[in-house]
Amino acid sequence: MSRPAIAEPRRAALPLRRWRTMTLAERQAWLAWLFLLPALLVVIAVAMIPLAQTLYFSFTDKRLGALEPEQWVGLENYRFLLSDSLWWTAVKVTVQFTVITVALEFLLGLLIALVVNSRFPGRGPMRAAMLVPWAIPTVLSAQMWKWMYNDIFGVINDLLKRVGLIEQNIAWLARPDTSLIAVASIDIWKTTPFVALLLLAGLQVIPDELYEAATVDGANRIRQFFTITLPLLRPAIVVALIFRTLDALRVFDVFYVLFGARPDMQTMAVYAQNYIVAFSDVGYGSAISVAIFLVIAIFVVAYVTTLKVEVQT
Amino acid sequence: MRDMRPDRLAPDLLAVRFSRRQVLRRAAALGLSVPALSALLAACAGEEATPTQAPAVQPTATPTEAAAETPTAAETPAGTPTVITTPETTYSMDNPPEVFNADQASQYSGATLTYYGDSVGIGAEMDQALAGAFSEATGITINVVPKPESATENYAAYQRFFSAQSPDVDVMMIDVIWPGAFAPHLVDLSQALGEEAKAHYETIIENNTVDGKLVGMPWFGDFGMLYYRTDLLEKYGFSNPPETWDELEEMAQTILEGERGANPNFAGFVFQGNAYEGLTCNALEWLASSGGGRFIENGQVTINNPQAVEMLNKVRGWVGTIAPQGVTTYQEEDSRQVFQGGNAAFLRNWPYVYSLATGEDSPVRDMVGVAPLPAQPGNPHVGTVGGWQLAVSMYSRAPEAAIEFVRYMTSPEVQTWRAVLGSFVPTIPDVASRPEVLQAMPFLEPMEAVERVTRPSRETGERYNEVSTIVFQGVNQILTGQDAAQVLPGVAQRLQRIVG
Amino acid sequence: MKLGSAQRKDTRRRLSRVLFYVVLAVIAIYLVFPFYWAIRSAIVPDAVQFATPVVYWPENPSLENFRQVLATGQFRRALLNSAIVAGTVTLLSLAVGAMGAYALGRFRFRGSTPVRYIILSMTMFPSISVLGGLYTLITQFGLYNKLGALVYSYLIFTLPFTVWVLMTFFRQLPRDLEEAAYVDGASPFQTFWRIMLPLSAPGLVTTGLLAFIAAWNEFLYALSFTQTPDKRTITLAIFYFSPQTGGGFEIPWGQMMAATVIVTLPLIVLTLIFQRRIIAGLTAGAVKG
Repeated sequence: MSRPAIAEPRRAALPLRRWRTMTLAERQAWLAWLFLLPALLVVIAVAMIPLAQTLYFSFTDKRLGALEPEQWVGLENYRFLLSDSLWWTAVKVTVQFTVITVALEFLLGLLIALVVNSRFPGRGPMRAAMLVPWAIPTVLSAQMWKWMYNDIFGVINDLLKRVGLIEQNIAWLARPDTSLIAVASIDIWKTTPFVALLLLAGLQVIPDELYEAATVDGANRIRQFFTITLPLLRPAIVVALIFRTLDALRVFDVFYVLFGARPDMQTMAVYAQNYIVAFSDVGYGSAISVAIFLVIAIFVVAYVTTLKVEVQT
Repeated sequence: MRDMRPDRLAPDLLAVRFSRRQVLRRAAALGLSVPALSALLAACAGEEATPTQAPAVQPTATPTEAAAETPTAAETPAGTPTVITTPETTYSMDNPPEVFNADQASQYSGATLTYYGDSVGIGAEMDQALAGAFSEATGITINVVPKPESATENYAAYQRFFSAQSPDVDVMMIDVIWPGAFAPHLVDLSQALGEEAKAHYETIIENNTVDGKLVGMPWFGDFGMLYYRTDLLEKYGFSNPPETWDELEEMAQTILEGERGANPNFAGFVFQGNAYEGLTCNALEWLASSGGGRFIENGQVTINNPQAVEMLNKVRGWVGTIAPQGVTTYQEEDSRQVFQGGNAAFLRNWPYVYSLATGEDSPVRDMVGVAPLPAQPGNPHVGTVGGWQLAVSMYSRAPEAAIEFVRYMTSPEVQTWRAVLGSFVPTIPDVASRPEVLQAMPFLEPMEAVERVTRPSRETGERYNEVSTIVFQGVNQILTGQDAAQVLPGVAQRLQRIVG
Repeated sequence: MKLGSAQRKDTRRRLSRVLFYVVLAVIAIYLVFPFYWAIRSAIVPDAVQFATPVVYWPENPSLENFRQVLATGQFRRALLNSAIVAGTVTLLSLAVGAMGAYALGRFRFRGSTPVRYIILSMTMFPSISVLGGLYTLITQFGLYNKLGALVYSYLIFTLPFTVWVLMTFFRQLPRDLEEAAYVDGASPFQTFWRIMLPLSAPGLVTTGLLAFIAAWNEFLYALSFTQTPDKRTITLAIFYFSPQTGGGFEIPWGQMMAATVIVTLPLIVLTLIFQRRIIAGLTAGAVKG
């Protein structure tokens, strides 16, 4: 039940050879494709064709609503992208956001998972409470936090003033130096529970006997954590890190709601959406989309090689 | 009632509790007739009893993306119960001008039109009133949709309608910079409304005429101007509003230092610094009034020049000093609220602010002065041209009915009504010189000499949206701390890609 | 002063117990406080909302904000739109996805591995990377500003995920029943419909719920493919929130928070009811929120 997707180890079902001959196996393959057909058609219609089109448009000057057809411009869009300082700002913002949120979500999530993994009264409600931030749509949680961050009537400034951490109200979402922290805190709130749940699932499959044996051997809690918990938790950690990183790199909602077209706080996805939809510049926007894809691919490859993930299907 | 005024503003509020004497003095200054005065005072009394005070809340730190939610009829407020009476006519919100073309329009009775009208404030209320009157008189149903408040979003919305050839919009407000871009998708009004067009300012008609097609009827005009607090200038010994930007800086600094003690939220100068179309307008004024050019001139990108660098770096220096840090997220309404709440000495904004800032429920109502925007020595005073036209979509299912609606909405009668009650600057000279209009907008006279500058929408046509985004994003980067000398070359490079 | 070692140990254990609960309480408050704050802001009148210092516990709660939000046609319309879109997308993904998952989970045939790889890679697909192509297609086929555009585009993230999670589900089912059905002469489709689907009902509920939530929460495509207020989904409606009453131009935070609570509460209730299944589905599919 709680098996992570990438490390999914079970082989496919046994072939039904006992009562089927080879020719029937062929018939079975045919049947399988028949069952798959609707799904494949949908995949082609909603993903493959748009993907191919996006790739093609990225080499053209396609503009929506233009009267004349698009022209092939080769690598022109990509050449411009390389010298586009706003794009690089967007890359920087996105990567900074990703590093901050993924690191903190992982550490916090691990802490929460370890705490919740021990037996205590009220564990059920606690696990339930963890799902609350996850269930709230990102746009809504962004609005909730926007209100909490309000410079004059916001509860965050009020709390910080009561505690004595700040004296003056801070316009968290307006100042360039606090905006990233503010937006990261929203993402951390929303997704840490998700990371914690993934890690918790991993923790729960570690047999208690291992810890008992280690205790007998005289290993203390900290040693047990590093020799037993961490290594056995690795598959869950890998899954959590990869999924969180991919999500963070394509972040759109929370930035769009909080910052609109503010140039110093655009993520890669906001930048692309702006070109495609607001400017109808599908050509350049598509090139940005492809570039986002490449950036994400670089991260995936980096993970896969450093963490030696084995993808099993 | 809605008493959301924060504590800190209470002293201000008390200070401006206008007495009848003040009203009389101000009214006398405006030369109002006696019946008008009594009407005004009656309105004041009503106002005291049921304050519909918009809260003078310091805007939130983030862009206001409030847009398009149609208030249902039951919830639409009766509006500011302004009643202006001249010897001939009484102007009130409940009583829009008679639909003079009702007979002609009634032949399209039963048609349903979707009208993208004003998104906020009194303009939206007027749209409801006018559409209601028109529907009642003609049997043409008008579905009033407030257009997105942000011009960037608004433009994108129309663009998407047109590219989808959507009949979901019939009549729409279009900005003065859009006729070039949208001309292929708009109905040519020169046949139906050619006669009426002759009454409007020729330059606007010219602006709206693309390849011989009149694609929009002028609806109201706009230009950037400087609002200031007469009481504060007097208090700190300044006899005139600032001539130059440097003067404005000095005055704002002096006033700020004096006022901060009593009001920690006080700001010297507020404008529109958010990354959106409004910042392009502000930036154009800064550059054109300091020798920095107009971004793109005669097909050449000129934005990257020493004067522009110097001026924009000067503006950058204002942020966090005479202007609040949050100004880089302000749009029109944010900056107006700060000024109208008594929290700023100077404001750059459009004419619509005048009636609100001097309205009965404004804490600064008797302290508002208007002047041309400052200019650096040797340069002209300028104001960016704004304003809106009414256009009919080519994909409308009822273009004839739509044209009749436009005929009514842009008529001298409606423009007068809107000018008197809402300070919407008329686009018909005859209307602009009517005494009741000048009474409502005394600023029209001093602003005569201001040079109206236009954004480079003609050069860039349908890609103006992108041009403007490049400009306002670059300028916003400068306002948030980057050196103009570093940002402008990049901006110029991106503009070059569009101009080609 | 001689303390028994057992007693000392006991004190230490109690202390660490207290510490444990302190950490637990901090975590719980951190998770729940923002939602509490949304509720608080929804039930206080504006006079309290815009007062400093901030009032933490409302003295006179009122449901005025809820009443005003629910009275607006556009908000109700957006709720309906979201329900229509998310419901349709969920049913479609389940129908199409279950068949595909059955093929991938129970049959062995050449080409199944590449298909699985494609499905897996699609679950991690950034929606932004097909926006250009989708936007053009949707405009070409006249789907722009129609709810159909959303149903169509949402399938890109619900379907692969549904196939993937259901596939792991089908694999765990015992073979005997299926074989018995074949022996009894049932056709493959009958076997799928009568035997396999009912058996995988828990999986269908889980994936359906997750797909529904994902579609309900979507923002990027809804923002890009719709325009008029009557086509807005709930996330867009709340994004574009503007004053409903009064002449004020301020953001109506109270009403916005009321709307947020109205939209979120059912999700939270659903989530709490199905929490075990959701956690299982999340960890199996590792879907994003």
